[in-house]
Order: sequence, then structure tokens, then C-alpha cells
Amino acid sequence: MKRLVPLIITFVVGTVLILSVFIPPMEGLGENFTLFFDIIAVFAFFLGGGNLVRVHFQKMSRKSDDWEFSIVTLVGFFVMLAAGLFKIGNPGDIASSVTADGSLFQAIYRSVFVPLSSTMYALLAFFVASASYRAFRAKNREATLLLVAAFIILLGSTPFGTMLTSWVPESWSIFQIPNLAVWLMSSPNLAGQRAIIIGIGLGVVSISLRLILGLERTYLGDDNA
Amino acid sequence: MELFGIWVAALLTLGIFSFLYKDNPVYKICESIFIGVSAGYWAIANFFDALHKKFWVGVFPTDGSDPNYMLWFGALLGVLMLLRLSSKIGWIARWPLAFIVGATAGLYMMLYFVSNAMNQVASTMRDVIVTSPETHLIMWGETIGSILIVIGVVSGLVYFFFSKEHKGVFGYTARVGIWFLMITFGAHFGYTVMSRMSLLIGRIDFLFRDWLHLLN
Repeated sequence: MKRLVPLIITFVVGTVLILSVFIPPMEGLGENFTLFFDIIAVFAFFLGGGNLVRVHFQKMSRKSDDWEFSIVTLVGFFVMLAAGLFKIGNPGDIASSVTADGSLFQAIYRSVFVPLSSTMYALLAFFVASASYRAFRAKNREATLLLVAAFIILLGSTPFGTMLTSWVPESWSIFQIPNLAVWLMSSPNLAGQRAIIIGIGLGVVSISLRLILGLERTYLGDDNA
Repeated sequence: MELFGIWVAALLTLGIFSFLYKDNPVYKICESIFIGVSAGYWAIANFFDALHKKFWVGVFPTDGSDPNYMLWFGALLGVLMLLRLSSKIGWIARWPLAFIVGATAGLYMMLYFVSNAMNQVASTMRDVIVTSPETHLIMWGETIGSILIVIGVVSGLVYFFFSKEHKGVFGYTARVGIWFLMITFGAHFGYTVMSRMSLLIGRIDFLFRDWLHLLN
């Protein structure tokens, strides 16, 4: 019961969705399954939210290390939830969009969420510098290729790169760094990218077949769970 | 209100940047706010985008169309997912999980096979010899580029084929594949560095222009 029912569900749902591509009368069923997928995914998000609350409450009750920061996390979570669910400060009625200008939800999104997320990613610029140092040591032929490609792309996107090779005559314009960067992206880079994409495509097909046929069962966890 | 928002954004930006000095309580507060607010944001976004628009509007349509009662089954599976929080009957959550896994496998198998595998192979093999539409003469630059793409794709795929030992001609082809892959990784690395730099410039621009008004 614990393992057989999920395996049957996976087989039936997977098979129906594949058949719905080829058999027009099954298209409706396939569309419904896609909607179910979206609805279940929302509950999975709620589960994630519930889990976040549980973990941080546990941290607070056990007075674990840095438990004070759990209060900040939970306040941020509940304030955002309340602002969105009750549409606090929304200029229109309750039916208006949650992201309407002037709402508290939109204000927190603009003044807290966007600056924090973009600064978090911007912070990586500094750590990329140390990663570059490690990557840009030409230890062998492959590392040299990576180094040269990265340098050409970096220089090609800056005015410095344009200035550096502006003396190259027009008849040899392919050797101007910006043009070289464009060629690199549209030819050798495209080839490697396509090889990766085709590899991913074939990998997805094989893992999907393994899941549908019940050969891959790790997602079920162990029986004691 | 706008000024207050700019001050909040600026202080949070500086709080995150304070990590460059060392891990400190100000950074941890900003990090905790980010975790809480982003979890709340995505929960609300999903609630209104999926649960309201796809379930509620489907079951209780206001435009006179027929209600789709099948959606209740999706909601039931969603509720079963929440049983994961129970230690005794948590195993029932495997049913909606199995549905998600089956749906993902069924949807993505066809999608990826067509878009990733078939379309990419077709694009690689199409127009290897490029000719001018006016003069019908071979355009050598583009043709060499196309041939290079075919060589790169084939050798790259050979590298990914692990069922045969990479020795002899097969090994040399795989080695060429590695070179193409390294160029791809290098190009992507370069672009990642550029995107992070542009984000950094954006944040510094915000601090100096919008907050401190030092730039016009």
C-alpha cells in the first residue's frame, strides 16, 4: 500500500500525459492533469512555508545558536503573508490585484525583497573574483581554453575591449575583440551548448521512462518514513 | 513613503554588503529578513496565481462557463501533500508526490525530446553549406562556422557517451568534445561575471544616485 499505490499513480499519470500528446481525445485529461500539477505545487509551497515556521519555532523554543534571527525570519514571513492575504493598503477593493501600486505587499516587494535579492547576487561579484583567480590559472590545454574564452567574452562586453583592438584593419575585423566574442558565442560556444542540451534531452527521456516504469523509486524514500 | 522605502532599501543593501568585512549580526538580520520575506512572497504569489486563478476561478466561474469539478481532485491531492507534516500518516503524502513525479516525467519527456533533442539535432544538420541568396556562391566564413558546430556537437556528444571506453579514435573525438565544452563553460563563466558585475553596478548606482543624490 505504501509503495504500490504511488508506483501505480506515477505510471498512470505519466502514461496518460504521454498518450495525450498523440491521442487528441485524451488532450482534455492531459490538460486537467497539468492543472492538478499546478494546484499540488501550490500546496507543496504551503508545506515549505509550514516547514519553515516549524523549524524556526523549534530553534526558538530550544534556544539553539542564533535563535534570535529566527524571530526576524518569522516576522518577515508573517508580515508578507498578512500584507498579501489581507491586501493591506490596496488602493482598490478586495478583488483588486495583490501587486497593485500603493499596497503594502508591493511596497515590501520593492523596498525589501528586490534590494535584498539583487544585493545578494551582487555580492557574488566579489567571490567570483576569487573563483576567477583559481579558474584563470592556465594549468593545461583545457583550462587555457576556458581562460581565453572567458577573457574574450569579458573584454568583448566592455569599451576597453573595443579600444584594445581598434587598430586592427577592417579587412581583419573578425580579430577585433567584440567581433571575436560574437563569433565565439555563435560558433564554438553554440556547438558545446547544443551538445549539452541534446545530452540533457536524452537524459530527461531516459530518467522519465525509468520513473514511469517504476525502475527509479528513490523519490519514495524508505518504508519507515 | 517613497523616501522611507529608499532608506529601507539602502540600509538593507549596506547590511548585505557588510558581509564583505566579515560575517556579522547586521548581515544575519538582513539575511533572515530576506528568507522570511521571500518565503512569504512566493507563498502569496502562488496562492493568487495558481490556487485562485486556476482552482477557484475554475470551480466557481464568474463568466457563465461550466465549472470544472475535476479540479477538486487536484485540491484533494494538494491537501494530502500537507499530511507530510504528520509523523503517523505522513506516508499518504507519497500519493500527491507520485502524481507530481508522474506528471513531470510525462510532460517533460515529450517536451525535452522534441525541443532539446530533435530540434537541436535538426538545427545542427540544417544548411551546413551556406550560400549567398543573391549569387548562390558559398559563403566560406558561415560555412566554416557551421562545420565547426557539427564537429563540436558530435564530439561533445561522444564525450557524454560513457558506455564505451574513451580510447583510440573515440578517445580523440571525446578530447575534441572537451575543448568545445571548455569554450562553452568559459563563455558562460564570462557572462556570469558580467551579470554579477552589472548587478553590483546597479546597487552602487542606487546608493549613490537614489539614496545619496551624489550622481545626476
